[in-house]
Amino acid sequence: MGPVERVWVYLSATPLLWLAATLLAYEMGSWIFRCAGGSPLANPVPIAVAILIALLHATGTPYETYFEGAQFVHFLLGPATVALAVPLYQNRVQVRQALVPMLTALVAGSATAILSAVALARWLGASSETLKSMAPKSATTPIAMAISEQIGGLPSLTAAFVIATGIVGAVLVTPLLDALRIRDWRGRGFSAGVAAHGLGTARAFQVNELAGTFAGIGLALNGVATAILVPILLGWLR
Amino acid sequence: MITALTVLLGCQLAGEVAARLLGLPLPGPVLGMLLLFVLLLGRVRLAEPVREPAQGLLRYFSLLFVPAGVGLMRHAGRLRAEVLPIAIALVVSTAVTVAVTALVFQLVARAKGER
Repeated sequence: MGPVERVWVYLSATPLLWLAATLLAYEMGSWIFRCAGGSPLANPVPIAVAILIALLHATGTPYETYFEGAQFVHFLLGPATVALAVPLYQNRVQVRQALVPMLTALVAGSATAILSAVALARWLGASSETLKSMAPKSATTPIAMAISEQIGGLPSLTAAFVIATGIVGAVLVTPLLDALRIRDWRGRGFSAGVAAHGLGTARAFQVNELAGTFAGIGLALNGVATAILVPILLGWLR
Repeated sequence: MITALTVLLGCQLAGEVAARLLGLPLPGPVLGMLLLFVLLLGRVRLAEPVREPAQGLLRYFSLLFVPAGVGLMRHAGRLRAEVLPIAIALVVSTAVTVAVTALVFQLVARAKGER
């Protein structure tokens, strides 16, 4: 065994390599994001994901091996979600004032997310498994996967759709809301959280703390709304 | 820092346990968020040191989605086979959802006469 192979044998057995690679890819994504003048089209997450998938392909590394390292980053999603309570608390007065607009927008947005995805994909000839897996795509991953399982979709495919939705939402939310001339940070953030869960929320926090707070509420509320609405709406569409 | 981590993980743990015990359709971390919010409202002393580390964690919220995003590669086959319906449905549906949610929010907020 040559020295290069020895190094590779060591690296492929430790979580260190892919944990470091995840952080490095994100740093590269952030660097490109800054070079692009903070353009939402250069979101660091899809850039990092593309770099890492290319690397894993090039080295013939399976996702499971990658995840052994990356799980330490992934694990922090839980405590970070709990941490959303802090901006929620700090902005509680504004949140209470906006309760009625939020709940109305939630019902409209949640139903739109489910119906438009399923109707469009069906019209374009997607398979039944794909449709069912796509229905809860705007909810946060654990809720979406549970719903998918309940209605006969594929939970892991749902997770892929949820992430793809989040990436799409994070990229298009700023230009789209600018085009619609919506300037209220509360409505902007809330729509990002409802449509694009945690990734929309992360994007909202990049722009404005109040928007991020409302996005966090949108994320939490739409998890519940999607769990209630998907079984009802899919029954209608049949 | 350790106090903050203890509080955050403690709330998440309580949330995970509650979700399973009560059979709630909500994930543990979301219940944990509600619990921490209630603790903050009650001005529980333990919750105070959480603020800054929590905000620090949220600054890097998007990084935490990278490992799950790389998981897209596990579905390369299906994504390729049904690329058009999937891509169009996801992009259009997400755009329409953002627009509908934001417009309804604005409409109702204005109807209520604020701002």
